[in-house]
Amino acid sequence: MLEEYRPYLLRYALLQLRDHALAEDAVQETLLAALESRAKFSGKSSAKTWLTGILKHKVLDIFRKQAKESKQVSLEAELESGTADFDSLFQPDGHWATWPQSWADPVKNLENRRFWEIFEICAKLMPVNIARVFMMREFLGLSAEEICKEMQITATNCWVMLYRARMSLRLCLEHNWFGGKFEES
Amino acid sequence: MLTCKEVSKLLSQSQDRRLNLVEWLGLRIHFFLCEGCRHFREHLAFIRRACQRYPE
Repeated sequence: MLEEYRPYLLRYALLQLRDHALAEDAVQETLLAALESRAKFSGKSSAKTWLTGILKHKVLDIFRKQAKESKQVSLEAELESGTADFDSLFQPDGHWATWPQSWADPVKNLENRRFWEIFEICAKLMPVNIARVFMMREFLGLSAEEICKEMQITATNCWVMLYRARMSLRLCLEHNWFGGKFEES
Repeated sequence: MLTCKEVSKLLSQSQDRRLNLVEWLGLRIHFFLCEGCRHFREHLAFIRRACQRYPE
């Protein structure tokens, strides 16, 4: 019965971890843990929500391990490099270079399968450390303070990384979805 | 007055920490005058919502 959720869980894990083997392991552990603690499942939430909750803990464990192993150098390099502060989006005087347009009826998009495909592609374009911080914040539900501790970064760096993550995701969605390059089907 | 660039940063931070009164007022005044930043604010709110609903 739990097996039917495997594809869903794998997709979720893959977005977070970007590594097939790691994602498979996390899902396997999730399903095992779910089997062991089946008695605790109250049925108050859906099985999907319950399993996702377990998976989030597994993903966070892996993030912690990765943060310890990965050299802080790469994190700092990521902070310094690239589209610093998305300068090109703004004119020298701080005004938008391209005026943000309204995203028509955005909530409706959440029911569109194609939208989620673009969303996943865009999320995977973020630099790895920035993506990790973003996932911790928006998917795993950690506070910025908790992320600072886990990743051993300053609050300012944490805000900068989250800013870049959101800017990058926004720009990608704008170009590839809301800008209308893809036909809605 | 805050620039659009500063507004974009503060708006992002407002999802991660409590803004102080000056920052908050600065945003209100800017939004009153700037349609582009009002759209940007909607974009950020949408992104957060999308993450919470993923993957439906």
